[in-house]
Amino acid sequence: MRVCGIETEYGITDRADSGANPILLSSMLVAEYRRSVGAATAPWDYGGEDPLNDQRGYRRARGQAHPDLLTDAPARGNNGVTLRRRRGSWEDPSHLNAVLSNGARLYVDHAHPEYSGPEVTSARDAVLWDRAGDEVARRAAIAASIDGVFVALYKNNVDGKGASYGTHENFLVARSVPFDELARRITPHLVTRQIFAGAGRVGLGQRGEEPGFQISQRADYMEAEVGLETTLRRPIVNTRDEPHADPARWRRLHVIIGDANCMDVPTLLKVGTTALVLSAIEARDERLDLLELGDPVEAVYAVSRDLSLARRLPLASGASSTALEIQRALLEIARDYATDAGDAEVLARWEGVLERLARDPFACAADVEWVAKLQFLGRLRARHGSAEEPLPWDDPRLQAADVQWSDLDPARGLCSRLAAAGAVERLVTEAQIAEAVVTPPSTTRAWLRGRMVAARPEIVDAAGWSTIVLDRETDHGDLEVVTLDDPLATTHPLLDSLLAP
Amino acid sequence: MPQVTSGETPYDDIPEPEPPTPGGAAQAQTDAVDALLDEIDVTLQANAEQFVRSFVQKGGE
Repeated sequence: MRVCGIETEYGITDRADSGANPILLSSMLVAEYRRSVGAATAPWDYGGEDPLNDQRGYRRARGQAHPDLLTDAPARGNNGVTLRRRRGSWEDPSHLNAVLSNGARLYVDHAHPEYSGPEVTSARDAVLWDRAGDEVARRAAIAASIDGVFVALYKNNVDGKGASYGTHENFLVARSVPFDELARRITPHLVTRQIFAGAGRVGLGQRGEEPGFQISQRADYMEAEVGLETTLRRPIVNTRDEPHADPARWRRLHVIIGDANCMDVPTLLKVGTTALVLSAIEARDERLDLLELGDPVEAVYAVSRDLSLARRLPLASGASSTALEIQRALLEIARDYATDAGDAEVLARWEGVLERLARDPFACAADVEWVAKLQFLGRLRARHGSAEEPLPWDDPRLQAADVQWSDLDPARGLCSRLAAAGAVERLVTEAQIAEAVVTPPSTTRAWLRGRMVAARPEIVDAAGWSTIVLDRETDHGDLEVVTLDDPLATTHPLLDSLLAP
Repeated sequence: MPQVTSGETPYDDIPEPEPPTPGGAAQAQTDAVDALLDEIDVTLQANAEQFVRSFVQKGGE
């Protein structure tokens, strides 16, 4: 499978003080986690980021950009090992960072702690290092719960009052595909995959102003088809052009429409199916054009609100299709692009889930998150209401259970509790997760990054996705920037020599 | 492949389909669900409103 990675922003509160400042809490979380793992972390290298570059072929002028977009530092890197002047070492407390020994990045993003998982090359590995992120975050919350503070983290995307925070997937895609074609052909998948990847949400509308239950956490926050922003007027297809790889060969498709998933199978399918559809797009497969939607943004809302999965969506051709029909068509196209056993597992699970969703959605309560949540809340509604008159969807008990579903504390999180009781399918074991907390995937450059952080923290000045900055005692006195432009690079002459025992 | 129908199908003209109800396949999970509900019911009853009101986040990403 292609190179990909998942980033998760967690909801954060102090159980002891609901008015606690989330930026301060997030900073404490990162700082205390760094302290708890000792020296084995590195600062983040801002040298190579370029968040104002747009996939559509132009750059936004720095002065015209919303401040939220300015996540970089002005300097740019080059190929090979280059020298860089030392800068001041002051660290902005609201942008605390830790590059971890598993190759991931834990940091403060706006008012949330974020875990950006290491680059992986299979959907199974995406699941494993995503769950490792939950474990890192859980341990960090424990480490930061001192002096009367009791940090709680939630793997969800909404607070029910209008705020949304993201779970983003990143996929390496060949630059040879024109961006408008990529955007057009991936959109039907991003709009309809929620029927198996949605985490479920109590409340309709950005502030949950209308009572009800919908399939996706994120649907109501998608307001444009294509665009650069991620914090306002969020688009189905994000255009940030920052490949963290050789820009002549690669794009990075930054997918912001997805829900955070507490269940493993939705994560596997979300990543695995999208990677296969991207392979069809790279092959310029014209069958995808038959699935183009008439109004993608409207369709995101329509699919999310259609628990029957029977609603017909107008297509650009004038025909109409249900989300299930579009997914079945994508599955048939994707079959031609499977290249390994991991892809075969994705295809088999994809087919099985679509078949059961069509027959009886509740047959998917162990592997589709919105169904598991709907079933749980349905029992809660029946218990406190009657068959004729279940609890209304705006009852605070249902809203509370929706939030508590994603609590990372395994003693409180309802999804964790159901998994512990065997009612939710798990794809990775606790032992594998514990290992992935400290070990990078061996198939990407995260293997070099993570091991350098673990074994040689004293000479790692900073690390980024495509750079490792070394601070050694050299004659020239400058920092040495090792550029890893190839995400699949697992060896490097200089780093290998530094890692040799 | 998508099913072809004739004419326009604007969203407003499409009747809202009925939501699904749990069938036989759900039974396997319901024991675990009910056991968990038994445990959380009391806290949920007492704290839900305050908990929901105080769960306030800032936008992110």
